Amino acid sequence: MQHNVYIYILIASLVATLIRVLPTTLIRKQITNKFIKSFLYYVPYVTLAVMTFPAIIEATSSKVAGIIALLVGIVAAWLDWGLFKVAIVCCVVAYVAELFLI
Amino acid sequence: MKTLNNNQEVILEGLKAGFPIGLGYFAVSFSLGIIAKSANVSPLQCFITSFLNHASAGEYAIFTCIRDNVSYLEIALMVLIANIRYVLMSCALSQRVHEKESMFARFIFGFTVTDEIFAVEIGRKGYLQLAYTVTAFMTAVVMWSCGTTVGCLAGNILPGRIVSALSVALYGMFLAIIIPPARKDKLIGGIIAICFAMSYLAARLPVVKNISSGTRIIVLTVIIASVCAILFPVKEDDVASESDVNQEEK
Repeated sequence: MQHNVYIYILIASLVATLIRVLPTTLIRKQITNKFIKSFLYYVPYVTLAVMTFPAIIEATSSKVAGIIALLVGIVAAWLDWGLFKVAIVCCVVAYVAELFLI
Repeated sequence: MKTLNNNQEVILEGLKAGFPIGLGYFAVSFSLGIIAKSANVSPLQCFITSFLNHASAGEYAIFTCIRDNVSYLEIALMVLIANIRYVLMSCALSQRVHEKESMFARFIFGFTVTDEIFAVEIGRKGYLQLAYTVTAFMTAVVMWSCGTTVGCLAGNILPGRIVSALSVALYGMFLAIIIPPARKDKLIGGIIAICFAMSYLAARLPVVKNISSGTRIIVLTVIIASVCAILFPVKEDDVASESDVNQEEK
């Protein structure tokens, strides 16, 4: 079944808005449940890690270029180069690697 | 505590905060636009999606869901998981809303949450000011939305080599968010390594690999984060530092 792109966007935007708006409009107290707090704490790391790998090595035309970009990105992030520098370094490395590999 | 009055000074402050954020957004959302293009999303749809969602991981989830033609329920779950950290930020902001603030203002304070807008708001003193939030957000989000639109348009014109290189920008950004905390906390580092391994296995194992990547991400996130929450419940100060951890992310 083919889905409508506008309905996809509508659903996604509704969910994203509800997530952001419900706490500021309804919750006036801090969350106290330890499991929920811990779960919410770990989710960003887990979900971003799962999204990054192995997707990054499939994003480039050459898998090796993707692996090199991943490794260099990890080192740059480890050195605390910041969001945009790390992103740009990954691009440059992937580009240069593909010049040699393809 | 600052008062609730809207004045030019506050608006100017909002512009000053929003513009550099917007510049950075443009670069990253450009690569999102390339992904959107690959999912046959139109430039206009890119703009609308970016304006309403303004979230990198969230929009990445949306565009890959559209590409994979998943069910409406699945895209809703994906967006929920990809954006769930905003619940934390929005909860934190709720503590800084003046008790007399209108429902409309509360809605705007929530709607405008992104990692960077949250960071600049929380960095100011006193109650949240609607004029500041709106100017900072609008400045940044217009550049974010234009970046996605231009990326979607230019994905056609740019040579394949450059598109291929730009497509790793988003992952580089994800790395820049999750790796620095791993340096400070070995547990986070270990969890990331396990996530990489499990995600790789899930993408390769027979049967499991046939499940859409969106569903795999949801299932892996819920399982791994739940196990971590049970095994390593966070202490108060860990949660408090969450805002520092995420402040560079969009």
